[in-house]
Amino acid sequence: MTRFTDTFSRGPALVCFITAGDGDTAANLDALVEAGADVIELGMPFTDPMADGPAIQAANIRSLNGGTKTADVLQMATDFRARHPDVPLVLMGYANPMIRRGPEWFADAADAAGVDGVICVDLAPEEDQDLGPFLRDKGIALIRLATPTTDDARLPMVLDGSSGFLYYVAVAGITGKQQAAIESIEANVSRIKQHTDLPIAVGFGVRSPEQASEIARVADGVVVGSALVDIIAEHGKNAPDHLRALVSKLAEAVHNKH
Amino acid sequence: MTEQKPNSFRNQPDDRGHFGQFGGRYVAETLMPLILDLEREYEAAKADPAFKEQFDDLLEHYVGRPSPLYFAPRLTEELGGAQVWFKRDELNHTGAHKINNCIGQILLALRMGKTRIIAETGAGQHGVATATVCARFGLPCIVYMGEEDVRRQSPNVFRMKLLGAEVRPVTAGRGTLKDAMNEALRDWVANVHDTFYIIGTAAGPHPYPELVRDFQSVIGKEARQQMLDRTGKLPDLLVAAIGGGSNAIGLFHPFLDDPSVKMLGVEAAGHGLDGDEHAASLAGGFPGVLHGNKTYLLQDEDGQITEGHSISAGLDYPGIGPEHAWLKETGRVDYTYATDKEALDAFQLLCRTEGIIPALEPSHAIAAITKVAPTMPKNATIVANLCGRGDKDIFTVAEALGVEM
Repeated sequence: MTRFTDTFSRGPALVCFITAGDGDTAANLDALVEAGADVIELGMPFTDPMADGPAIQAANIRSLNGGTKTADVLQMATDFRARHPDVPLVLMGYANPMIRRGPEWFADAADAAGVDGVICVDLAPEEDQDLGPFLRDKGIALIRLATPTTDDARLPMVLDGSSGFLYYVAVAGITGKQQAAIESIEANVSRIKQHTDLPIAVGFGVRSPEQASEIARVADGVVVGSALVDIIAEHGKNAPDHLRALVSKLAEAVHNKH
Repeated sequence: MTEQKPNSFRNQPDDRGHFGQFGGRYVAETLMPLILDLEREYEAAKADPAFKEQFDDLLEHYVGRPSPLYFAPRLTEELGGAQVWFKRDELNHTGAHKINNCIGQILLALRMGKTRIIAETGAGQHGVATATVCARFGLPCIVYMGEEDVRRQSPNVFRMKLLGAEVRPVTAGRGTLKDAMNEALRDWVANVHDTFYIIGTAAGPHPYPELVRDFQSVIGKEARQQMLDRTGKLPDLLVAAIGGGSNAIGLFHPFLDDPSVKMLGVEAAGHGLDGDEHAASLAGGFPGVLHGNKTYLLQDEDGQITEGHSISAGLDYPGIGPEHAWLKETGRVDYTYATDKEALDAFQLLCRTEGIIPALEPSHAIAAITKVAPTMPKNATIVANLCGRGDKDIFTVAEALGVEM
């Protein structure tokens, strides 16, 4: 958990998402970190990624068709932690693969792999009992999502039990599609800030350094996913060089906010 | 110590939408406020006599309810045991029980001021029922349907188009019912301000399993009264086919607190439970989370969802409504299964003995009856839900029987 505190205390953070088992994950993750990614979100592939757009859906299918198992994802996390002791690592995915062997099992395994946080897209705060207490027992952050539809009355429910950072979903929709207006992002981030001291990272629809720079001026972090997953889809084995090229520009935009 | 039995089996779910450990609300945060709105609006509608009046009026004059309760003399004689009665929901407008639920949900959508309707469909029956109510109320309708199902069920695709609906083929995933449901959820999350999602079965996030059950319970309420009027007693056994389980829960629910009435839900066992080619979530699955609820799912050891198979496109869904999962665990309802072959045999048996062409879905229930009726005394009574008519299935059946049309 202190990895989150240290990272966000240095200023706006670039959070990069890729799907585990889609391409050479270790090489791709190293490229992200070398190019300036501050936080890594490693997607756990699932057959039914309901909140994801076409890019990440396809990544899930490529990974599963390649035979990726939960044990492989955990091994990738373990290896990443060994190579990058200071970079916060988040597992992001859907409830069913996380609770299949029981929440204690998953919390233990994530802890052993050196994971700092978990985002479970379809675990509403109302169903926290299925995973939250087990993660918190292990000191793993449960990172929740807030959206444009999460009003002030509901925010306390979302924030109760959240830690690490809060992920603000900029558009009501699926990953990778539309872009939100910066005015809307700014207004919502400042609204949420009145309810919490957690860092707020903004994602969904962020693709370019220009957008990243705009968001970094009003939030604590910028999440990029589909744009990176698209590069992996297009370039396969050669993806690391192309990831490095985009992520270094994104990192510069986020860190310098220009 | 004996296990504590609930005082009533009819007071589920709890206020968080849980049926025991099942059900609940497992959705992305964007949808949560909407789900909570829907719950509030449904509670208000339940307390509003005008809502019930409008629902009942449409069921009577538009759908054609009450549906008849029919004693099947030649089938009964052929099986040589209990009397077999059918609740004739295949005589409803649009030919299946699906319309009962669609009427209720579109009235809710109108109450909530929603102006755009979406739905998922597998075989196309729920899609047709949704397109029908949208035409009736003048709302635009988008139906998500797996690409594979669009190809197999072209008559229903054409019906939906005639009714003014837009059918969007789903290529994501493997192009089946569960992928169509994923795509409908993606549409909903991107159009929360104006869109109402009419879910076709008693599954999904709370309050869907409850409200779909309530709308479908008209089946069991009518059947209960009709049996009392016709035979002077309650039936000994209820039988219904189960995919997601809406027709079964609709028949069962009004009888759950009648201890003398036994109940049997029949899942689709496809090519048999020993392989992967079946859709029997209770018999061959494990509890998990999909499409907004916790229930029994067909899945592998990593929690990846596996594809259901059944000759009946209406049953090949890898999950089951959460109330059925709970009723199984409490032991109140028994669950069994019938294979493709058994359903085909039962389909032909009903055609031959009663002059009724059933859909392949209730053919699974009839297959179970052929096993259980002969073991029961002749004064015992069975009520089965004939939840759909078989016109849509004649091509599938012809192919399975090796007949060229």
